[in-house]
Amino acid sequence: MIRKPVRLTLALLAVLALVALPAATKAQGSKGTLKIATQSPLSGGQAALGEGIKLGAQLAIEKFKGGLEKAGFKVDLVPFDDQAKPDVGVANAKNIIADKNILAVIGHLNSGVAIPSSEVYKEVNLAMISPANTNPTVTDRGYMNVNRVCGRDDVQGAVGSEFAHSTLKAKTAYIVHDKTTYGQGVAEFFKADAEKKGIKILGFEGTEEKSNFDPILTPVKAKGPGLIYFGGIYDQAAPFFKQASEKGIKARFLGPDGMDSSDLVKIAGKAVVGMYYTTAAGPVTVFPKAKEFSETFKKKFGKNPEPYAAEAYDATAIALKAIEAVAKSGKMPSREDVAVAIRKVKHGGITGEIEFDSKGDRKKALYFVMQVANADPQKWGDNKLVKQLTIAPPAVKK
Amino acid sequence: MDLQLLVDIFPQVVLDGIILGFMYALIALGYTMVYGVLEFINFAHSEIFIIGAFVGVELLLGLQSLGALDAVPWPLVLLLALLVGMAGSGLLAVTVERVAYRPLRSAPRLIPLISAIGVSFFLQDMIRLFESLWHNAFNLVYPTIDALNVRLELTRTIDVPVKSLVVILAALGMLGVLWVLVNRTKVGTAIRAVAEDQAAASLMGINVNRIISLTFLIGGAMGGAAGVLFGVQYGLINPYSGFIPGLKAFTAAVLGGIGNIPGAMLGGIVLGLLEAFAASYLSLLTGGAFGAEYKDIFAFSVLILILIFRPRGLLGEVVRGRA
Repeated sequence: MIRKPVRLTLALLAVLALVALPAATKAQGSKGTLKIATQSPLSGGQAALGEGIKLGAQLAIEKFKGGLEKAGFKVDLVPFDDQAKPDVGVANAKNIIADKNILAVIGHLNSGVAIPSSEVYKEVNLAMISPANTNPTVTDRGYMNVNRVCGRDDVQGAVGSEFAHSTLKAKTAYIVHDKTTYGQGVAEFFKADAEKKGIKILGFEGTEEKSNFDPILTPVKAKGPGLIYFGGIYDQAAPFFKQASEKGIKARFLGPDGMDSSDLVKIAGKAVVGMYYTTAAGPVTVFPKAKEFSETFKKKFGKNPEPYAAEAYDATAIALKAIEAVAKSGKMPSREDVAVAIRKVKHGGITGEIEFDSKGDRKKALYFVMQVANADPQKWGDNKLVKQLTIAPPAVKK
Repeated sequence: MDLQLLVDIFPQVVLDGIILGFMYALIALGYTMVYGVLEFINFAHSEIFIIGAFVGVELLLGLQSLGALDAVPWPLVLLLALLVGMAGSGLLAVTVERVAYRPLRSAPRLIPLISAIGVSFFLQDMIRLFESLWHNAFNLVYPTIDALNVRLELTRTIDVPVKSLVVILAALGMLGVLWVLVNRTKVGTAIRAVAEDQAAASLMGINVNRIISLTFLIGGAMGGAAGVLFGVQYGLINPYSGFIPGLKAFTAAVLGGIGNIPGAMLGGIVLGLLEAFAASYLSLLTGGAFGAEYKDIFAFSVLILILIFRPRGLLGEVVRGRA
């Protein structure tokens, strides 16, 4: 674990670096400084995941900046904290587009933040590569600057219901979601597909509640579903499942990739051991090429990479590759050129082969079903891979 | 609609509502006592409440790391956590009053209100800072005490965990003590005198500043106790956890008639019940058209209706004119 003082120092250094940049630029990069921004929650309840995105991007820049530096450019990372809030994300986005040297954005964690923020990036055709935003709308708008290296919720929801139906043999399900673009979205896809497969939906509830789930759980217990699906993020799902288990509810638990954080077991403990979650970000252990990344990450930051750190690493590598291709001419690359170049990149990343289709979805995205193995947060990486699927994104619906 | 189901869960919903209601009632006392004495809303009270929860969790985590959590009998542990939480929140409330409100006492009433909101933000981020320095964490989890999670099965559909009974008993106990304190002791008489008329009270030899500090101490301590109980009951706290319960407790205080102590208790329980009923029944009764997400809207609509027809709140008295 990095202690907070160290992080504070790092943050201070980053600020100093920004202030000192104009001076430094002249010394190191004769042709100018290229910047890549990250936008993810660095504070608040989802900071564990957001921090992972930033650190993943940082590692990628350190590893792949060589080519650009040889060409005479300096490459910098500018991390932004979107606090998982749409308004903060948009305000940051406005700052980002104002800085002409920022050529690509790696982010966000939350689809509900990514969608409005990417409207701002689009004004200047600034490329965004998302490591984690699974809501279909992110790419279905067909923007030339928006891409993602992860899967989609319409597929993920269906992967969940397929697993509930054929492996868990669930006959009935109760669905709760967090009313965000992401959580409600994936819950609705789960519901639609589950109904098609003949699973009876006993209830579909949205809640912003963070601590007291008793009144919601009372009808759940009375109805006795075979499965509870929580569409949302671990900071809300963990107390929900913990209280469900304390209330004596015997259903199986299932959730989307928002469950994928060691904080889930840190908060809920034994209650979630054995629960399943689907994810579009496989654990680093399933990717043979990611071993080195995982080791470097641990050595450098003193902790295991959180989910989406590897995706952020790949996304950043793609951005650098595209910038490098454009910068060959020796001039400062334009944002639009970079966005166009990103769509042409074929990248053998640590999470597999990555290539984008015409609307920015990954051509062959990976989906996983995982099972929580241990109540010890340190052993989150030991979670069992139950199922792995490679599915192409659905065709463009117009 | 499945009538049997509605009937089956009814007692459980009432129970959920009462537990939540007592929690609101304990927090609401802090708002209502301060209002009763100073006619001013202490918006920092929601943070004073959650700091009680943090002090409690620090104590429990400390005991846990010493290995004493399982060795010491749980009622003792809980009592200790409650006392420490009450002391922490109570002293903090007194400090806040001394630093942020007393210098503004003669200013127009809006000024201390703004100061209170500022204190609220300040405290939220102070907790965030300290917790990240000490634990590198945003969410803190209350250590599980297994004996508190034992469920007593009343019928097939209704059961109650020991910790909820503890919440109800502790809340009832504290409300009882407070009532005796305010209505049956010399100090209580002094508090009521200051509430009635500060100038006259000071002429009778009452130290007004001390009584106001005492009011903050008692209100803060009640909030701190509620914080510890909140943590024990729901398990997870973060620096912003206090805000929403604080707002609801303020609502409860207004609902019961702000400035009125039994009113705060009644308001808390009414609001808790409304919320529990809305969350459990809305989607069952409307076939899913209105879900649990409307629980706050429902609860606040009732509040608006009550205030339209009874602007003073359920037990409120006519507000005295002040010279």
